[in-house]
Amino acid sequence: MLAYTMQRLIVALSVAFTVSVVAFFLLHLSGDIAISIAGPESTPAQVEQIRHQFGLDRPLVVQYLDWLWKAVHFDFGNSFYFRDTVVSLIASRIGVTLTLGAISLLLSLVVAVPLGVLAAVYNGTIIDRLALSFSVIGQAIPTFCLGLGLIIVFSVTLRWLPVSGASTWKHFILPSIALGWYAVPAVMRLSRNGMLEVLSADYIRTARAKGVAPAVVIFKHALRNAIIPVVALAAVQFGFMLGGSIVIEAVFSMHGLGYLAWEAIARNDFPVVQAVVLILATIYVGLTFLADVANAFLDPRIRLA
Amino acid sequence: MALLDVQDLVIDIPTAGGVLHAVSEVSFTVERGETLAIVGESGSGKSLTSLAIMDLLPRVAQRRATRLNFDGADLLTIPARQMRKLRGSRMAMIFQEPMTSLNPAYTIGNQLTEALRCHDDVGAEAARARAIELLERVGIAGAERRLLQYPHQLSGGLRQRVMIAMALMCKPDLIIADEPTTALDVTIQAQILRLLAELKKELNMAMILITHDLGVVARVADKVAVMYAGAVVERGSARAVFKAPSHPYTRGLLNCIPVPGRTAPGAPLGAIRGQVPNLIGRLAGCAFRNRCDFAAPECAGEMHFETPTPGHDVRCVRLAAQKAVA
Repeated sequence: MLAYTMQRLIVALSVAFTVSVVAFFLLHLSGDIAISIAGPESTPAQVEQIRHQFGLDRPLVVQYLDWLWKAVHFDFGNSFYFRDTVVSLIASRIGVTLTLGAISLLLSLVVAVPLGVLAAVYNGTIIDRLALSFSVIGQAIPTFCLGLGLIIVFSVTLRWLPVSGASTWKHFILPSIALGWYAVPAVMRLSRNGMLEVLSADYIRTARAKGVAPAVVIFKHALRNAIIPVVALAAVQFGFMLGGSIVIEAVFSMHGLGYLAWEAIARNDFPVVQAVVLILATIYVGLTFLADVANAFLDPRIRLA
Repeated sequence: MALLDVQDLVIDIPTAGGVLHAVSEVSFTVERGETLAIVGESGSGKSLTSLAIMDLLPRVAQRRATRLNFDGADLLTIPARQMRKLRGSRMAMIFQEPMTSLNPAYTIGNQLTEALRCHDDVGAEAARARAIELLERVGIAGAERRLLQYPHQLSGGLRQRVMIAMALMCKPDLIIADEPTTALDVTIQAQILRLLAELKKELNMAMILITHDLGVVARVADKVAVMYAGAVVERGSARAVFKAPSHPYTRGLLNCIPVPGRTAPGAPLGAIRGQVPNLIGRLAGCAFRNRCDFAAPECAGEMHFETPTPGHDVRCVRLAAQKAVA
C-alpha cells in the first residue's frame, strides 16, 4: 500500500511539474509580456526598461526556474492589473470555486450513480431506456445554455432564486446544477455499464445462492465493485468542472477562480493567468491522486498487490 | 418421501432465432444422504437444471415442471422470499469457477460469515467460530489468518475449499456441486472429491454432483442421470448404469475413457461421431438419433423410458434391437 501510494505520488508530482512547464512557456509564447505591461502608448525605451525591470531579458529557463522557486513558496508576484499580490487575489477567490465544484460533483454523483444502478438492475426495461435518453439529452445541452435556461426559468420567471452573485447558499443552487449536470451522463453510463458487468459476475450468483437479500446483493456485492472505475472518473470530471467553472462563473457572475482567470486573460495579466492555471492543474492532479488512493481502499487487489 | 423431487422440468430460453429448448422433461429424485451424479457434455443442460432447482436461472430463461418439491415445499409456487430462506440454508451450491465465484472486494471471513448470518440470528463471534471450524474441516491450515485474506491471495484449490466451507455454513440438507473440480489441477481434483464424499457422509447431506467426468461418477455417486441435449437419456443406480450401460450415448461416453490395462497402448480413443443437435425450435424423437449406430425410423417418433431392470431407465425405443445387434 505504501509503495503504491508513493508510486502514485511520484506520478502526480511529475504531472504537476509538466503542467508548470507548459503553463509557463505557453504564456511566454502568446505575446511579448513587456509590451503588454508597458501599454500601447509606450516608447521602445520604456519597453526595454520594463523588460529589464521585470527580469524578462533573462534566458527563459532562468525565468522559469525563478518563477517555479517562488511558486513553491506561494509567491506568484503581483498582478499587473489588480494592484494586489496574486496569492491574496487567489485566496479571496478560490473558496467560491471549490464550493461550487464540490457541490456540483456531489450533486452529479447523487443523481448519476443511483440512476446508473437503477438502469443496470432494470436493464432493458423502460426505466433503463428513460435513464439512457436522459443521459443523451444531458450530454447534448452545453453548460452555458443550461445555466441561462435555469436563470430564465427559476430566477427571472419564477423568481425563486437569485440571478447572479455568490453571497448566500441560494446563489450556489443554479450554478451547481448547471455545472454538475455536465458530469451526470458520463458518470451514469459508467455506473450502469459497471453494474451490468458486475451483476453478471460469478460472485453475484454466489451471493444469491447464499440467500442474501436482493438489496444486499446489489449494494454490498455489486456496487462496491462497480464503483471503482466511477471514482477515477469522478476525479477527472471534477477537473473538467474546475475548467467549466470559468464559463459558469461568468454566466452567474460569481467571483471565483474561473471568473478571475477570465478577467486576467482579457487583460493580459500574465502572473494571474499562470498562477490560476497552475493551481487548477494542481488541484486536478491532487484529486486524481486521491482517487487512486481511494481505489486502493476499495479494491484489495490494488491495496495488497 | 424424496428430499428433492423433480418431474418433467423444462427450461426454455427465447432467442432471436427461436425458442431454445435447453432442458426438456427432466425427472429425477434425490433421497436424504444420497449422491446423484448428473453427467453430460457442455450444453447438455445439466448446469441449468441445477440452477433451476436453486431458482437462480438467468432472467430470460423460463422454467416449467409438473413437480418441483424440496422436502415437501413446492418450489414452483413458493414466494421469492421463502425461496431465499431455503437457498444457502437448506440447499447450497458449489460452483465451477472458484477463481471468479468469490467477491474480490471482501475478505474470506466476511463472505463465509455472511452465509450464516443472513439466515440465522447468530452473533459475529459465533459466526466467526463456525467459519474457522469449517475452514479447518475442509483442510485449510491457519484458518484464523485466512479469514482476513482476500480471494486473490488464495490459490484455486484453496478458493474451492472456501466455497465448500461457505456452502456448509448453515448445515444444508442438499448440496449441489456444479463441476466443482473442473477448474482445478488433477491432484487437487482428487482431494476435493474425497473431501466432498467425506463431508456428505459425515453430515448426512444429499448431494447432486454435476460433472462430465465418468471416473468421478463411478467413485462417488449412488445414482446417475445421463443427460444429452437437454434430456435425461439414462438414469439408475450407479452400479446398474456402469454394469450395463444401455443407452448408445452412455456407452459412447464410456468408450471415450481409456482404462489402464484394458485399453491397448496406442489404440485410438473412442469418439462419438457427429455434432450435438441445435436445440432451437421444435424437437421430436430422440435427439441422439443422427449420431447413433442403432437409429431407425421409429427414433423420430414419441420417446419413452424402457426399464431393462427395476430402477434403471433408458430413454431408447431401440433397446431390444440394440441387444439383437450386440
